Amino acid sequence: MTAQFEPIVGRYMRLDLFGRPHRIYVEEAGAGTPLLCLHTAGSDGRQYRGLMNDARVTSRHRVIAFDMPWHGKSSPPSGWHDEEYRLTSAQYVEIVLTVMAALGLDKPILIGCSIGGRIALHLALGHPERFRAIIGLQSGAHVDPYYDLNFLHRPDVHGGEVCGAIVSGLVGPDAPEASRWETIWHYMQGGPGVFKGDLYFYKIDGDIRGRVAEIDTRRCPLFLLSGEYDYSCTPEETLAVARSIRGCDVSIMKGLGHFPMSENPDAFLNYLLPVLEKIAGR
Amino acid sequence: MIEALAERVNADADLVRRGRTLTTTFLLEVGETAFLISIFEGRIAAVTRGPFVMPSSEFALRAPAAEWEKFWSERPPPGSNDLMALIRRRVLRAEGNLQVFMAHLRYFKEALAKLRPARARP
Repeated sequence: MTAQFEPIVGRYMRLDLFGRPHRIYVEEAGAGTPLLCLHTAGSDGRQYRGLMNDARVTSRHRVIAFDMPWHGKSSPPSGWHDEEYRLTSAQYVEIVLTVMAALGLDKPILIGCSIGGRIALHLALGHPERFRAIIGLQSGAHVDPYYDLNFLHRPDVHGGEVCGAIVSGLVGPDAPEASRWETIWHYMQGGPGVFKGDLYFYKIDGDIRGRVAEIDTRRCPLFLLSGEYDYSCTPEETLAVARSIRGCDVSIMKGLGHFPMSENPDAFLNYLLPVLEKIAGR
Repeated sequence: MIEALAERVNADADLVRRGRTLTTTFLLEVGETAFLISIFEGRIAAVTRGPFVMPSSEFALRAPAAEWEKFWSERPPPGSNDLMALIRRRVLRAEGNLQVFMAHLRYFKEALAKLRPARARP
């Protein structure tokens, strides 16, 4: 019997972030235009396994996903055990730009989902010249807290169980069972308080409502794709962002939820491939 | 219809197993109609229809009948497909000691989804 390997290769990268040494896990597949992928809050880069395993994407793109510090196989920095993890907009921008510099990525296409879709808006506003194009999945300018986030990190509620259960309904109804539960499993594996710390950015610090209309798509094309069944970042919220930005390209994805690339890669690629075509043709 | 909860939950051995550390009584309000639902070690022990004079429960889930009707449909529309979606739209009010609800969130989501038509049940 011969081992069946996927085309994905992962490595650990030593990287200084915020003046502290970090150990960051990066995986990639394919060759061509760099496509840098940002995972959702409380999850990790495995969400992009569908893209990395699809030759229609990897034949023309170098698909790269890294796990943010504290997530997946990336470690929290030394000293983490006495700290409360809380992600800010400034930190998140620094993480993305530092990873890009370390990997020598020249004007990658950026694709980010949820918190990644939010920071995509921040980057489109603040650093448009650094990207060939930006694709925001489940991108909204702001989400009000709609449940008590403290339940995500307290000793009398199992963190993995509650994080998985919180997001389970955000998966769309047409997701294949294996992909649905793999997506939820990633959430169940998150470290204590990490999902909550990410949501500090998503629901408090990362509010970009006041500035989103200043995004200039002539400096960097912006594409927004949102799943119909997402009640965290609703289609209406994505459409509101799109309406406020001149030249923004937007699609609502039928039957999909908050994790399109992970919950239903095949259905998602029907929406992503035409966007990649448009970017390649520019 | 709500009374069917006991038979449907108790027939799902995996759901009962996941609820093995759950023993509680909660109040479910479907519009004006109230139900006290008692759970013992993951099994639904009783579903009692109101009205009640002094219902005693750990927590309550309250939503208009029309919202529950959408939640219990075969393919609930966006915004009605999950308890958290109803909470997000502020149409489901969860009140009381919600530690129990949140610690067993998957159980409560899947138990209440048992009231959907047979093909749509988890």
